[in-house]
Amino acid sequence: MITLSHYLALGAILFIIGMFGVLTRRNAIGILMSIELMLNAVNLNFVAFSRYLPPGALTGQVFAIFVITVAAAEAAVGLAIVLGLFRNFRTVNVDEINLMKW
Amino acid sequence: MSPPFTINDLWAISPEMVLTTAAIILLILDFLLPPGRRAVVGYTGLLGIGATFAALGASAGVRAEAFSGMYLSDPFTLFFKTIFLLIAALIILISLNYLSVEGVDQGEYYALVLFATVGMMIMAASGDLLSLYIGLETMSLSIYVLAGFLRKDRRSNEAALKYLLMGAFSSGILLYGMTLLYGLSGSTNLKAISRTLAAQDLHNPALTLAMILLAAGFGFKIATVPFHMYLPDAYEGAPTSVTAFMSVGPKAAGFAVLLRVFLLAIPSLQGSWVQLFYVLSVLTMTVGNVVAIAQKNIKRMLAYSSIAHVGYLLIGLVAGSPLGISAILLYLLVYILMNVGAFAMVILLCRQGLRGDQIEDFSGLAQKSPLAAATMLIFLLSLAGIPPTGGFVAKFYVFGAAIKAGYVLLAVIAVVNTAISLFYYMRVAMVMYMREEPSPITALSPSRPLHWALAIAILGILIIGVYPGPFLGWAWVSLTGLL
Amino acid sequence: MAADYAYVGLFLLVGILFVVFTIEVLSRLLRPSRPNPEKLSTYECGERPIGGSWIQFHVRYYLYALVYIVFAVETVFLFPWAVAFHRLGFFAFIEMMIFIAILLVGLAYAWKKGALEWV
Repeated sequence: MITLSHYLALGAILFIIGMFGVLTRRNAIGILMSIELMLNAVNLNFVAFSRYLPPGALTGQVFAIFVITVAAAEAAVGLAIVLGLFRNFRTVNVDEINLMKW
Repeated sequence: MSPPFTINDLWAISPEMVLTTAAIILLILDFLLPPGRRAVVGYTGLLGIGATFAALGASAGVRAEAFSGMYLSDPFTLFFKTIFLLIAALIILISLNYLSVEGVDQGEYYALVLFATVGMMIMAASGDLLSLYIGLETMSLSIYVLAGFLRKDRRSNEAALKYLLMGAFSSGILLYGMTLLYGLSGSTNLKAISRTLAAQDLHNPALTLAMILLAAGFGFKIATVPFHMYLPDAYEGAPTSVTAFMSVGPKAAGFAVLLRVFLLAIPSLQGSWVQLFYVLSVLTMTVGNVVAIAQKNIKRMLAYSSIAHVGYLLIGLVAGSPLGISAILLYLLVYILMNVGAFAMVILLCRQGLRGDQIEDFSGLAQKSPLAAATMLIFLLSLAGIPPTGGFVAKFYVFGAAIKAGYVLLAVIAVVNTAISLFYYMRVAMVMYMREEPSPITALSPSRPLHWALAIAILGILIIGVYPGPFLGWAWVSLTGLL
Repeated sequence: MAADYAYVGLFLLVGILFVVFTIEVLSRLLRPSRPNPEKLSTYECGERPIGGSWIQFHVRYYLYALVYIVFAVETVFLFPWAVAFHRLGFFAFIEMMIFIAILLVGLAYAWKKGALEWV
């Protein structure tokens, strides 16, 4: 039987993987993908809670839908910024993009 | 079936609706107008802000929990919506000439400023984690784009990327905290969360984790110290008008939701979060002030100074008393005026092909234009917190609230920090007044709207500094419904 | 419970057998065998494929992807609305039209700014 804790554990693992990716990736696109992973962990948590909480607590599912949409918008803006950056720098490695100190 | 909301709910969000409509009209105007007439878009934006202000006034009497608690329309909301509109108007005023100087005279700039403002207004009005998140992202996404608005400029690209990556990362952390809060309380409504948690065991580690994640997520947005690394780069690289916007808008909005969430949803945890914010406050102001001393670029210096100001602001939250919270509101109002003013001065020095953002660029300004130098001096004095400016009054009330609440040591640390900050603010003043050698600045930007913005900022600071009573009263009244 | 899974398994099995039988056995018996290079090449919407697929894509593909992703995800909101359409009533219809109108302004903007042009 799959319980709430299974989902939460999976969510936590996904979230940590995403966080690890953000902190260690050098490629800007890779970082964006890792952030996407974190957001999906959040979605998983929301939907799982919404399923296992007392009935009527549907907000979690609605929240997940909004997170998905916002994540798409964020990815679009992120890609656009990375594209603009690539035109000027010819690279998407964040450690080569250092005109100013981090 | 009846609609899930009433006409009263629509009244409550009428300012947001008006502003959104205005922003969309700006987008359409932008491609209908011939190129070169883009300033019209900016002035139309100002009109839109005026209309929104009117809608805000008309709906001010409506006190409601609109859309089943998603939206709160109370004096607290009203205060923040008013200052957001003030920010948007000031930013448009300082941008009108600056954009053509930088060669990016495009109408969508103004639309993005308005969209970001809509996001901030939604944030301040949110009574639910969902609307809070939507508002937050509406604001953030618009500002990411604005930060990278100089598409040909590599520093602007870099600023946008860093701001975006850190912003999205912090949203992820914030959201994870929200899921835990939702899981523990079964609701995303702030008041409902507070009700459920009041009946629960507060030593639940998940609850502590949720609190820490929320504090970290908001910490990124308002840039408290362990989460501030991206900020100086983002501020330095972004177009100066956008830097001015970034340094006040998201911070004020961040404080609005910080206060809402921590005071409305998890007041039962006050014992633990006060300690957390105590440490964050001390770290933030100390690091901000000490690092600011070493800066040569004025935008970067102001970035670190803005970090330090967040540290001062957090003192009010640590105090936690109505006096402390109302002091935060007053401080935010003053902070907006003086920070936008200081960045507007940087813009004043900026001309075609010259950024004018080094501290050295201010050298000899007092000889060239005594008025400009005096204006900058007042902003610097206010930032440092010297009477008779608004900065002094704001600091006085925040520190006073800390002492009254028994945090004397914190107040002492803050005063020491203020003394440190004098050092780098006065260095700019010294460069303006003492240096004789000519800087490459020959003429100042002759933009009338910019002068208007400067006049508004300086009058505001001086009036609040000399006669703070009504403003403090306003901040005080704005707390009803929050505490 | 177990019987339900058995049904699903049975359907799955029949489905697989049907596909394998018709494509691999039946058609092999019926069709004429005349291979030529054109037929064996990868299907790319009728275009002749040029080069391998492990290449860096040109930036202009991403521009399309940007516009696409935003509009594709908006359907996330359209689906729940469509499912509950009868219960939501006329007001929700108006709301959705406003939502779509705002999206259309965005599309018009992208179009006017040349984001949809193949440069």
